[in-house]
Amino acid sequence: MATDDLCLLEQIVARHDNDASKLLQILREVQECFGYIAPAVVSSLATTLAIPRARIESVASFYSFLHLTPHGEYRVLFSDNITDRMLGSQDLMAQMCQQLWLQPGKVSEDGLVSIGTTSCTGMCDQGPALLVNGRAITRLTHQRVMEIGQLIRNRTPLADWPADFFRIENNVRRSDLVLGSTLLPGVVLRIAQVLGGQHVIDTVKASGLRGRGGAGFPTGLKWEGCRNAEGAEHYVVCNADEGEPGTFKDRVLLNLQPDLVFEGMTLCALAVGAKKGFLYLRGEYRFLLEPLQAVLLRRRDDNLLGKNILGFHGFDFDIEIHLGAGAYICGEESALIESLEGKRGVPRNRPPFPVTHGYLQQPTAVDNVETFCQAVLALHIGAAKYRAIGTEKSSGTKLISVSGDCPRPGIYEYPFGVSVREVLQDCGAVNTRAVQISGPAGVCLGESEFGRKLGFEDLPTAGAFMVFDDSRDMFEVARNFVHFFAHESCGFCTPCRVGTSILKQTMDKIAAGHGTRYDLIEVENLDRVLQTTSHCGLGRSACNPVLHTLKHFRPAYENKLKSLDFEPAFDLDGALARARQMTGRDDAGAHLKGEGI
Amino acid sequence: MNSSLTFQLDGATIPFADGQTVMQAALAAGHYIPHLCYHPEFKPHGSCKLCTVKVNGRTTASCTMPAEAGLNVESEIEELNALRRTLVQMLFAEGNHFCPSCEKSGNCLLQALGYDLEVHSAGFRHLFPDRPLDASHPDILLDFNRCILCELCVRASGEVDGKNVFALSGRGITKHLIVNAESGLLKDTNIALSDKAMQVCPVGVILKKRVGFSVPIGERRYDQRPISAQALDDAPRQSDAGGSCAACEGTP
Repeated sequence: MATDDLCLLEQIVARHDNDASKLLQILREVQECFGYIAPAVVSSLATTLAIPRARIESVASFYSFLHLTPHGEYRVLFSDNITDRMLGSQDLMAQMCQQLWLQPGKVSEDGLVSIGTTSCTGMCDQGPALLVNGRAITRLTHQRVMEIGQLIRNRTPLADWPADFFRIENNVRRSDLVLGSTLLPGVVLRIAQVLGGQHVIDTVKASGLRGRGGAGFPTGLKWEGCRNAEGAEHYVVCNADEGEPGTFKDRVLLNLQPDLVFEGMTLCALAVGAKKGFLYLRGEYRFLLEPLQAVLLRRRDDNLLGKNILGFHGFDFDIEIHLGAGAYICGEESALIESLEGKRGVPRNRPPFPVTHGYLQQPTAVDNVETFCQAVLALHIGAAKYRAIGTEKSSGTKLISVSGDCPRPGIYEYPFGVSVREVLQDCGAVNTRAVQISGPAGVCLGESEFGRKLGFEDLPTAGAFMVFDDSRDMFEVARNFVHFFAHESCGFCTPCRVGTSILKQTMDKIAAGHGTRYDLIEVENLDRVLQTTSHCGLGRSACNPVLHTLKHFRPAYENKLKSLDFEPAFDLDGALARARQMTGRDDAGAHLKGEGI
Repeated sequence: MNSSLTFQLDGATIPFADGQTVMQAALAAGHYIPHLCYHPEFKPHGSCKLCTVKVNGRTTASCTMPAEAGLNVESEIEELNALRRTLVQMLFAEGNHFCPSCEKSGNCLLQALGYDLEVHSAGFRHLFPDRPLDASHPDILLDFNRCILCELCVRASGEVDGKNVFALSGRGITKHLIVNAESGLLKDTNIALSDKAMQVCPVGVILKKRVGFSVPIGERRYDQRPISAQALDDAPRQSDAGGSCAACEGTP
């Protein structure tokens, strides 16, 4: 497959300066060129980079999109968010598996294709979606899936597939401060640079801007902390690892307002005294890499990046884009930094925090894509005006990613303080049973809570807003989220590594009709352990989907329970599944009486 | 040691030196906090979470928590021991542990902790992972079934032996120990019986061949006295010089 120079191993490594801290980027390019990372390639990289080969395997095996064994010329991954499922993704995947004579998760005998699932690809407003060799295809239908199957069978190169398959919509439904901005590149930077870094910090502090990734830390304080922290170098990192299922606003911002993002990063660099910045782009958004690099190039040409920015002597700053490779946990800022350093994306022990000990142990300001955009606009309109938008403790606007059961899914930008009900009205949702705010780790609201408001005072959110109408089984929603956490647990700490898997088993047991009241008590027990002992937020919030849906939709669980207080987890009929598969039978006689048919 | 540098642990006053963690200070002062992945000679990374304590009301791993003057630390309380029991049950459910036939029985930290914390039942459905043995090396057997992913061998081989024989592969529940060889076999690594990595496994993964059961079960270390008493024999425990460890997870 690899013929051109771009794909020569030596070239790939040389492009990354033979630097072991660029290991993830090197592996990602090897994967893209060769379809997998062969053992001989690992050994060769180990020699060139002078690191143990076990470390390379260790890193590669952490990321879902990197493979150490052949995975087919065409690697198809169906996005498996609940919103994809609600749009029929499971049927479509079964259809493709049948068409290509393949089992999910397996590589075809001829090495042509593999089909599997992956966590939410951030296309919830235009799903069902899939990735083929890392490229996103949206708006799947039976027709489209059949066409894809044909293209794969005919070994048609991806470059020759219909361009329409790869078209990504922005679906902006409501614009405000950020999405409506027509600011020209460099305008705010020019003024800020005259007034100085301290002025940037003072203004951002006075504006009340808080981080838009969900946690809501005051941005000005973070930048000030980073500026004041001692270190040989300071770094700016933009967290574009938008992995929270149901969130896709950063994709739209990077597509429509990349200059705001980069300008915000440059302002931050001015404020904290950084010369180097990284944009950590999630692997699912690979298609944005070239357009974003073109923007960076233009900004360098316009002297908005590089040496002596805008002629200001000594103001040097440049931005590098780093691609992720399929690991939700890298959205956690310290895991993201580990990943930037070419390691497994495992959250660090904190303190110390990245603001003092971040990238390469130097002071680092890590902020969300949207936060950087908001910072530019706060500086542009001034702190007082910015503060007047939104609510007292949540100033400014917020981008909401709306998906699920509504006729107008997409991006809605509101001033903070908008109620859940208003958003539901705007997106045209009817007969809404529940709304999941801020992804699986967030909260699930029932109808009685639709009057609650989005903002740090009430419902903090990174922006996901998934709508479920009264036809949906909220137990299945929670089960999907539980599977997500088990799949994305980094495995570092005992409670999360084992606990998320046990929780998944319990939910599957209930789904199979073997659940009892005892299992619900077990869930509460697991929650206590996960919440109090987990290393990071993933483990701490892994039980949330179950607890929240239990609170509002207990009947959805109880309908599935056996009346018994206890039933062993061992599933007798399930144990025959392999025998059924081997004999090709699935009739009533191949099942235990009255079970699982 | 500055006398004003003290914190409270279950009502006792614990002195500490600058740079010590809660765990290090507690052990040095003769107070046991249950632990598995912590080892006095290595930089703590806090993955097993057995050493979880309450510091001023908030739960945290005591092996990575820097000691500070005036902290109020709770450890020996039923609430925390209940959590620890569940964590031990999780580790037993995750791997394939058959104590009666295990060469490490009686010398095993996981087993000893189970006894000490009075873990009386499995608690969870076992996951029964498929983890083949590696018997390729003439002198050393690797039984991955018992691995609890504490990374002590990874740290020992990297930091002390300078060999990086071991590493962790995979993510989440599929995370597992691998060795540094293209064949994936221990015989193709440069491990030696004299390596530190040979001495640190708290369970029965890394075993020296041909010495099995030379001490009968019943006469082994934790058959004599509970682990809570013996862990203190090793005190005072010094914090090591530290430094970053590329192979270790969760350490800055």
